[in-house]
Amino acid sequence: MKTADAEPIIIVEHLRAEFGDNLIFRDVSFQVKRGEIFVILGGSGCGKTTLLKHLIGLYRPTAGKVLVNGVDIVAQDPSEMEQVRKGTGMLFQAGALFGSMTLAENIAVPLQQYTNLPAKIIDLIVRMKLSLVNLTGYENHLPEELSGGMKKRAGLARAMALDPPILFFDEPSAGLDPVSAVELDLLIKGLNAALGTTMVIVTHELQSIYLIADRIIMLDKETKGIIAEGDPRELRDHATEPKVSNFFNRKPAGEEYIRLAQKLRLEMTLVETRRGG
Amino acid sequence: MTTSPDRVRRFHLQIDESADGSRRIRFRGSLVLLELEHVTAQLQVLGERPFAGHTSLDLQDLEYVDSAGAMAILDLAEKIKAQSGSCPIDHASPTVQGLLNLIDIQALNQPPLIGIGGQQDFITRLGDGFLEFLRDSSQVIIFLGEIIIDLLAVCIRPRIVRWGDVILTMKRTGVEGLPIISLIALLLGLIIAFMSSLQLRQFGANIFVASLLAIAMVRELGPIMTAILVAGRSGSAFAAEIGTMKVNEEVDALTVMGLNPMHFLTLPKVIASLIVVPLLTMYANLLGIIGGLIVGVTLLDLTAYSYIQETRNILTVFDFVSSYIKTLVFAFLIAAIGCQRGFQVRGGAAAVGQATTSAVVAAIFMIIVVDSIFAIILTYIPR
Repeated sequence: MKTADAEPIIIVEHLRAEFGDNLIFRDVSFQVKRGEIFVILGGSGCGKTTLLKHLIGLYRPTAGKVLVNGVDIVAQDPSEMEQVRKGTGMLFQAGALFGSMTLAENIAVPLQQYTNLPAKIIDLIVRMKLSLVNLTGYENHLPEELSGGMKKRAGLARAMALDPPILFFDEPSAGLDPVSAVELDLLIKGLNAALGTTMVIVTHELQSIYLIADRIIMLDKETKGIIAEGDPRELRDHATEPKVSNFFNRKPAGEEYIRLAQKLRLEMTLVETRRGG
Repeated sequence: MTTSPDRVRRFHLQIDESADGSRRIRFRGSLVLLELEHVTAQLQVLGERPFAGHTSLDLQDLEYVDSAGAMAILDLAEKIKAQSGSCPIDHASPTVQGLLNLIDIQALNQPPLIGIGGQQDFITRLGDGFLEFLRDSSQVIIFLGEIIIDLLAVCIRPRIVRWGDVILTMKRTGVEGLPIISLIALLLGLIIAFMSSLQLRQFGANIFVASLLAIAMVRELGPIMTAILVAGRSGSAFAAEIGTMKVNEEVDALTVMGLNPMHFLTLPKVIASLIVVPLLTMYANLLGIIGGLIVGVTLLDLTAYSYIQETRNILTVFDFVSSYIKTLVFAFLIAAIGCQRGFQVRGGAAAVGQATTSAVVAAIFMIIVVDSIFAIILTYIPR
C-alpha cells in the first residue's frame, strides 16, 4: 500500500490558525497518503498539537481547508463528522482513559455506541484489542492501576476499537522510559504493517522518528509554517537549513548555549549556526 | 470501513459440502466490524453445531478483513478445531495472513488477572457501610482537631497563613454569593410574612407578623439558610479545587517544597469562611426582615414605623450573639469538611465529583445536627 502514488487520505490546504491576536501558523499545506506513517515535528511551542487538533476537528481554523477521507472537516456537517469520527482514532498524550471505567469498559464504549454487536462479541473484540497491545488479562483493571506506558497502550487499544483507517497520536513516547517507548514504536509500526492504518504522529523523539516515520513535516515557531518535508534520514544527512539540521542532529541553536557547551568542554559537534535564516 | 462504499461488497458465507462428508466454508466479500453484526449468528451456529466430517475455511474470495473480522475467522476455526480436531485455513492472501498472525487467539480465552468486585449480601454491605461511617467520622474529627490546633498556631504566628488567599476566598465565598443570598432571603421573608399573615389576620394579630418573622429569621432560618447556600456554593468548590490539585499531584508538590498543605490550602479557606459567613447571615437576616416589611406595609396596613418598632422590641442581644456563635460553627464545619473531602480524593475525575457531592451532603448533615444541639442548649440557658 505504501507506494509513492498512493492516494492521499488527508489533504490540508492553506491552513491558518490563530487564537485571538496570537498567530500559531499560516499557510500550512500538505498531504498524507493512505497507509503511511506521517510525523509532524518541531520544537516546543511551534503548534504541532494545535495542528493535530485541527486535523481531527477539535479546533476550527481561521482559514484553509482540511479534507479527511474526502470529508471537509472545517464545514463540520454533523452527519459527515460522525462518519469521520468513526473512521479515525486518537491516542491522547496521557491516554485520556475514563478513570471510572475498567479497561474493558473503556474499549467497549465506541463499540457499544457505533455498532449493534451482541455483548459477547464486543467482549471478544475487547480482549483481542487488549492482546494486540500486549495487555492480555488486564480487562478488569482501572486506569489508575496501570503504569504510564500501559495507559498509553490501553489508549491505543481504545483508539483502534473500530478499526479506523486513520489513527492520530499526540506525543506517543513522551514520558515513557526508553524500553517502553521503543516497544510502543514497534507496536505502532507493526499495526501499520498488518492493518494498513494511516498514522499521523506528533512527536519530537528523534530515535522514534528514524524508526517509524515514512515521511515528516517540520513546523517552525518563527516562520510559522512548514520548513522541511520529506524522509527524516535524508533530512538528517542533507538538510541545508540550519534549523532543520540542528534539530535532526540534536545541536543547540542559541549562541549562549554554544558558548556554554564550549565552556563545559562537552564532547559535541558544534557547527556555527547561520542566524537569521 | 477502510474501503469506500463502492468498493465494499456485502460479505457472505458460502458452504460447499462435498460427497465425502467434508465441508468447505468460503468467506466472500469484505469482513469488517460493521459486517460482523449480520453474520455473528451464522458464525455462531457454524462453530457450535456438531459436524461429523472434516471442515476447512477458504479465504480465497475474501477481499478485505479488519482485525475484528480476522478475530471472527480465527474464533470460528478454533471452535471447529475443538470439535473435529483440525480446521485448516486455506488461500489466505499475504495481507490477511499477516493480520491473522497478529492475533493471538489463545489470549482471548485467558482469564482476567483480577476479578471484578462481586455482589455482597445485605448484612455484609450493612456492616461495611457502618464501618465506613465510623472510619469517615474519625477522619473528620481528626481533621477538625488539626485545623483547630493550626488556628491557634496562627494566633501566635500570623505569618504562616497566606493572607492574599484569605482575601480572595472571602471575595469568592462572600461577595460573589451576595446575589443569590439576597434573592432567597428576601423571598423567604416575603413568603413567611404572607403565609403567617393569612392565619394571624383572623385574630386581628397582624402586628405579630413582624415578631414572628424577626425571631424565625434571626434565630433559625437566617443562619441555616445561609449555611446551606454557602455549603452548596463554596464547600463544594473547596472540595473540587483541593481534589483536583490532589489528582494533579499539586498537593504532593507543596509537601515536597516543604509547605504544609494544611497551612497553604485549608487555613485560608477556613479563616475566610469564619469571617464572611456571619456577615452573610446578618445580611440575610436583614433582607428577610425587609421582605416581611414589604408584605406588612403593602398587604397588612401596618406602618413601616410600627413594623420596625415591633421587630426591635422582640429581638434581644442574646438572640444575635447566640446566632452569631452558631454561624461561626457552621462556617468552620463547611470549610473544614469541604477541604477534608478534597484531601481524600484518590484517582481521577470521578473521585473529584464524588468528593464534591460528599462535601455538600456531609456539610448539610452536620449543619442540621449542630443546629439541633444549639436549639436544645439555648432552650436551657438562663438569660
